[in-house]
Amino acid sequence: MAEDLKEAKVPVYIAADNITSPLGLTSSKNFEALKQGRSGIATHNDPALSAEPVTASLFAEDDQLFQQESQYTRFEQLLIASIKEAITQIDFDTTSENTILILSSTKGNIYLLETEQYNDELAKRIALHTSAKLIQQYFGFKHQPVIISNACISGVSALLTGTRLIRTGQYENAVVVGADVISKFIVTGFQSFKALSAGPCKPFDRDRDGLNLGEGAATVILSSADKFKNKIKVAGGAVSDDANHISGPSRTGEELGTAIKNALIEADLTPQDVGLISAHGTATPYNDEMEAKAITYAGLANAPLNSLKGYYGHTLGAAGLIESVITLWSVKESLIIPTLGFNELGTTPVEVNTSLKQSAIDHAVKTASGFGGCNAAIVFSK
Amino acid sequence: MSTSKYYISASSIVSNHTLVKNQQQLYVDDVVDNAPAFFLSVYQHFGFNYPKFYKMDNLSKLGWLTAEVLLKDSFDKARYQPNQTGVILANANSSLDADLRYFESVADIPSPALFVYTLPNIVIGEICIRHGFKGENAFYIQEQFDADFIVGQVSYLLDQNLLQACICGWVDVLKDNYKAGLFLIEKEQKENSLDFSAINLNCLLEGKQI
Repeated sequence: MAEDLKEAKVPVYIAADNITSPLGLTSSKNFEALKQGRSGIATHNDPALSAEPVTASLFAEDDQLFQQESQYTRFEQLLIASIKEAITQIDFDTTSENTILILSSTKGNIYLLETEQYNDELAKRIALHTSAKLIQQYFGFKHQPVIISNACISGVSALLTGTRLIRTGQYENAVVVGADVISKFIVTGFQSFKALSAGPCKPFDRDRDGLNLGEGAATVILSSADKFKNKIKVAGGAVSDDANHISGPSRTGEELGTAIKNALIEADLTPQDVGLISAHGTATPYNDEMEAKAITYAGLANAPLNSLKGYYGHTLGAAGLIESVITLWSVKESLIIPTLGFNELGTTPVEVNTSLKQSAIDHAVKTASGFGGCNAAIVFSK
Repeated sequence: MSTSKYYISASSIVSNHTLVKNQQQLYVDDVVDNAPAFFLSVYQHFGFNYPKFYKMDNLSKLGWLTAEVLLKDSFDKARYQPNQTGVILANANSSLDADLRYFESVADIPSPALFVYTLPNIVIGEICIRHGFKGENAFYIQEQFDADFIVGQVSYLLDQNLLQACICGWVDVLKDNYKAGLFLIEKEQKENSLDFSAINLNCLLEGKQI
């Protein structure tokens, strides 16, 4: 069967995409913002988040995106807004038998704990499968949605799960959506880890001192339908684990490096073919160094690299999707986005891109790593 | 998609104060009245010695113990490279049990030791650290165990030779309700292997005869 699958590998195209973030409610508005060097990151003095100021990319409390009186939570409203905009682009039928919904999030509705009394009913309301069911019903998806919660690689993992479900012929289309909402629960947790930077984050920089959190959602519609054959493809992808530490990355980066290598093998590419790496680049001292080592291990030290955390912060379960969408747009527009916040290299040498650069990109790699020692890489090809 | 040419080499089920391996009841403790006490009772009964166990949250303790029993005397680690073995798990309650404990600490001093467990896939990390597994891994949230989906995902990874062996199954804890069922999936049939099928996974998890 392995041979059969290889011989007749089902192509997986990116049929449509959306980013719903503080920088805009469509992919195009987001890409435009990044081209202009605009960031969603600002310092917030909000006692509901933290007693201390928090530098993060957040929606305004009263953003028109959100309705106060709604049966859907803020998290679910983000998912709905993102899917809705993506499906209108291609007049997509969500009720087809051949379509699956895949949802990615780390914490979903967990912030309800902050304002509501805990009981069995609240536990059910918080559950990701409750949100998934509501979204399924809203759009009329036929099948029970797939939900992935795999720390900070969730978004990339969701794309790979969708790709694989299409490759096996189980579905023709996968609507992959991810979101996370930043609240006190998450902010205090990252503060307790001393992982947050007081100012805007500095990915791969010598003076990087932590990450910024961010909220948002993104959708990628994957399809094997012929009508999308001129669009960008998912060419390969892989996941690995460090088996080293639950909250600290590998010392060698070999495990993420192996995921990148395996993704390139599936895509039938060599490191020289890669025109862009969209790194995880959280701007914590350990993550970025591990990633630089992994990229070197995979033979990609000379490929142009960026981190988008300076624009969005770390959007957790949405990060892999938001950053994949920007990467797709970079391939499409032959334009590499600069690494906002980067000034002077502070890791094992990698080719950090610092300016808005015209460059024909045939193949791009997106990487992610997260707590639990998980790593993921996905390859997009023209 | 519910059948596969691969094999369940071993199974380990923990629920209702009872531990069952390969359909044989190995341990019962009816005396303890809460989940963490039962997990400690299992740990002590089998004489495990892994000090990190005490630091883990309940989800990781349950997954770690179930994997420990699953693999003991049933898994020849030397047959595989680290990146040839993976872990694919699912549950209904994500990390809510740990989330509640962490959020209690927020009112006082937020605890990093509790926060780190507020992700369901940390149990995968703990199992990978213990056994040196570096292969593909994923954590899915399902209202109920979706054996068909798990068989599909694991079979794909084995078909593509991304993995040669996989630990898969269900690990769920919320307060004193817990249930775990882990399965060792391999490509070669061994004595007492079962076919890797959704029906067999469901029967084993529910303690029904095959």
